[in-house]
Amino acid sequence: MSLILLVEQTLNGLQFGVMLFLMAAGLTLVFGVMGLINLAHGSLYMIGAFAAAAMAQASGSFLLALAASLVCAAFAGVLIEVLVIRRLYDRDHLDQVLATFALILIFSEGTRWLFGSFPLFLDKPEWLSGTVILPFGIEYSLYRLAIILVGLAVAAGLFWMIARTRVGIRIRAGENDREMIAALGVNISRLYTFVFALGAALAGFAGALVGTIQSVQVGMGEPVLILAFVVIVIGGIGSIKGAFIGALLVGLTETLGRFLLPEAFALVFDPATARSVGASLASMSIYILMAGVLIFRPKGLFGSA
Amino acid sequence: MKLKSIILAATMATAATGVTAEGVKVGMITTLSGGGAGLGIDVRDGFMLAVAQSGRDDIEVVIEDDQRKPDVAVQLSDKMIQSEKVDILTGIIWSNLAMAVVPGAVAQGKIYLSPNAGPSALAGQACHQNYFNVAWQNDNLHEAAGAYANDAGHTNSFILAPNYPAGKDALTGFKRFFEGDLAGEIYTKLGQTDYAAEIAQIRASGADSVFFFLPGGMGISFLKQYADSGVDLPVVGPAFSFDQGILQAVGDAALGVKNTSQWSKDIDNATNKAFVESFQDEYGRLPSLYASQGFDTANLMISAMEKADISDQEAFRAALKEADFSSTRGDFAFAANNHPVQDIYVREVIKEGDVYTNKIIGVALEDRSNAFLDACKM
Repeated sequence: MSLILLVEQTLNGLQFGVMLFLMAAGLTLVFGVMGLINLAHGSLYMIGAFAAAAMAQASGSFLLALAASLVCAAFAGVLIEVLVIRRLYDRDHLDQVLATFALILIFSEGTRWLFGSFPLFLDKPEWLSGTVILPFGIEYSLYRLAIILVGLAVAAGLFWMIARTRVGIRIRAGENDREMIAALGVNISRLYTFVFALGAALAGFAGALVGTIQSVQVGMGEPVLILAFVVIVIGGIGSIKGAFIGALLVGLTETLGRFLLPEAFALVFDPATARSVGASLASMSIYILMAGVLIFRPKGLFGSA
Repeated sequence: MKLKSIILAATMATAATGVTAEGVKVGMITTLSGGGAGLGIDVRDGFMLAVAQSGRDDIEVVIEDDQRKPDVAVQLSDKMIQSEKVDILTGIIWSNLAMAVVPGAVAQGKIYLSPNAGPSALAGQACHQNYFNVAWQNDNLHEAAGAYANDAGHTNSFILAPNYPAGKDALTGFKRFFEGDLAGEIYTKLGQTDYAAEIAQIRASGADSVFFFLPGGMGISFLKQYADSGVDLPVVGPAFSFDQGILQAVGDAALGVKNTSQWSKDIDNATNKAFVESFQDEYGRLPSLYASQGFDTANLMISAMEKADISDQEAFRAALKEADFSSTRGDFAFAANNHPVQDIYVREVIKEGDVYTNKIIGVALEDRSNAFLDACKM
């Protein structure tokens, strides 16, 4: 095992982490500000990817495709919020889970009805293909590097918005005491719609970015949704900073675990057992991480007590 | 729509005459929703095409969606056996679902014709006279990939598959025939979509070739990321990641990749030509290997119906075992454990106009049976 391989894997973990952050940011905002569990967040991820694939096919432009993913996912988010979720704020979490689970099924079968059961084609543009040579002779995919940079830029933008803008102040205030800010004259229902649309747009954007190097198919959002929930539980529900740190932790644990655990076991067991045990343990690693965090910080790393 | 009316017509014909003893009632449990739906839809369409082409009005097919869940599949099979009273079950795509349904169904005296899944247990210890596999034993295509890797002069391969029974069968099958060394062997998580970590390991391993078994969306992700990684080693895989439904989503990243399959749309025989043409006419897309398997399964059943009555199960089984139908694959026979003996080809991914598809470039294994004949005591 060389140092170069380790650095490359760390970059891979970082890339996976910032993608998870885009998913988890919306989820944690919606939960933190509105107190709503939104299982349909994965469907918004899928909608972003499908919108991008359809737009890329129609226009041939990758940037237009990304724009389409943002717009369509945000629009779907507004639609969901106004038609369904608005009625659920005062209800029990169980009702929210049931309703948003129904939304998953509706969106999945609706997408199949529109686009068919076969995966769609979505590829990166020429100018992001291939690899770049980083310092120390590390060969790395240009597209993945771009994802890392874009993800970090979005994260910085979000931090700025939450910390420095009027909307951000309202969002933070809404988290603390929604009745009070409603009493102070803030249009809370419009704020909720905005937060929901923002979260949806980020999820859709992640779907398009990731769909480009993975497969765009029905049901692609649910595995990511589970990871995003792990991220916000580790980071502390409602905290953007927590979501960011949590996402990087999960991304790095998952990627490095998959690579290092089988090697570590090979020092003790014979190769066949090491591979099999290492692979099984690697798929558990992030849940072990989550359990560990919850033992010491039951509210997550940055959760408000 | 056409299909529905055919099924309806078949149903009404049986109902009108009041004769149910002569006809055959088929229960098809397959995956029609969720991530793996493309496979089930192809099997169903191939099967129904053959039923329609036979012109028989005594075949009734009940189709249900298993959602790729073993528990749902078991419920459906109970329902089909107990309340629908079907004679033959078929349709299951995934090996874990087949393991949940098949042993129970054949023990209750139903005939099961597998259009896809061929787990090693059902070929070996748990083989049964009522279970026929019309596709392949799970290991077959991977064995062929191993044989092809030898022919292509690969001596140091990096191999990977998901960490579940069919994935382990795949690597075992490949290693059974591959004579070179292994530069690395990885089990990935089932359903994994990001392969950056694995590709980095391939880059660092010093391998001269890569073998992977990653069916469905996993394969699309892997191929796209592999093409973009700058790793430039030849790739070999079974047809599951290169079927007609998937190739369009992979695009250029798949061009030139060698894959092994028991079927290809350019196999040169009259049955296959007619099948490819009529499938395209009926459904407006090219058939995949899954569609060919569904088509062959229905034709096998119809050939047995012509020779024996389903009520005489012993005669019907014997008629099935003769495999006296013209397969889209050309030569087709059953080995002692009711699994196919057939040629397995090497195909290359090419582009025909705007459509990505496969072309045969050679035979990897001739008249390949399977490795579990001795374990099966029938």
